[in-house]
Amino acid sequence: MSNKWKNGLMLLAVVLLCVLPLLLVEGEFGGADDAAEGVITELNPDYKPWFKPLAELPGETESMLFALQAAIGAGVIGYTLGLLKGKQGGTKQNSSK
Amino acid sequence: MKKRSFWSFAALVAGFTVYFMLNEPGTARAMHIMEGFLPVGWAVFWWAAFIPFFVLGIIRLRAMTRENPELKLLLGLAGAFTFVLSALKMPSVTGSSSHPTGTGLGAVMLGPLPMGVIGSIVLLFQAVLLAHGGITTLGANAFSMAVAGPFAGYAVYKLMMKLPEREKLALFCAAAVADLSTYVVTSFQLAVAFPAADGGVLASFLKFGGIFAVTQIPLAVSEGLLTVLLWNWLKSYSPNELSLLKRKVNGGRA
Repeated sequence: MSNKWKNGLMLLAVVLLCVLPLLLVEGEFGGADDAAEGVITELNPDYKPWFKPLAELPGETESMLFALQAAIGAGVIGYTLGLLKGKQGGTKQNSSK
Repeated sequence: MKKRSFWSFAALVAGFTVYFMLNEPGTARAMHIMEGFLPVGWAVFWWAAFIPFFVLGIIRLRAMTRENPELKLLLGLAGAFTFVLSALKMPSVTGSSSHPTGTGLGAVMLGPLPMGVIGSIVLLFQAVLLAHGGITTLGANAFSMAVAGPFAGYAVYKLMMKLPEREKLALFCAAAVADLSTYVVTSFQLAVAFPAADGGVLASFLKFGGIFAVTQIPLAVSEGLLTVLLWNWLKSYSPNELSLLKRKVNGGRA
């Protein structure tokens, strides 16, 4: 099996790992830390958070920032791979089999 | 070759797009210990535990980049990978969402210490801009994600590389273990801070573990796969860079 196929299958597996829970599990899919917050309150009902986040952004803005974070990272990865590939120059084609 | 890499890149973009479409963030925050949710004593304790690793990491980074300026590129790559993966909040089997850490790749390529610096930069970004995690809990979160995870992953990689011809499997396991152990440590940190009334630390460890660690299992597998994927590309584009790494970082042949 070529690397190309293996890579494709791995991507597919990742997507499935993500999609299957959505389809098969009934849940809110809230953040796991919010669930933990619930447990803390249950274990120690008197506990009060003693420090507040500096800024609480609206959900939409926050998802934009998360997307931005991923975009910056993906950009750098793309740049690096491109640079490495370019450096490799005319040296050869099927080094990857 | 050109065409192939175009398609694999397109596949990556499509894969991430699918994630984002599926991942409408329902709740504001996900993962990491939330701001203010660690008692003062523990917050200080984990900061104190984390700082020496951060300092060692900086020293290590400086030495590495002075000896080998070419490593900066791979350093950027490791950082970027952590950046991307920790932004992906994926749904999981427990019905809640979490995100991978992306620290395994860097730990294997560069050693665990530099990841202490890279990981904490990512956490700081999230704590300040995204109200995700927090400043007071940054010490604890950095200890789990940027110190414990990379060290665990690196140890697994080293052990598995003793087996012949198992590089990719070793990488997969290293990434998955780095990911999973991060959240096991998080559960432990919460458990010692909030022992259950009956059953004590162990009972609450199981409880927090049930939330964080179990949610994380499929994500750890995803992270392992994505790490091997990137490794494959790196390898086909730049076999020289990677062998340089092995000589310089791992000391001798890996």
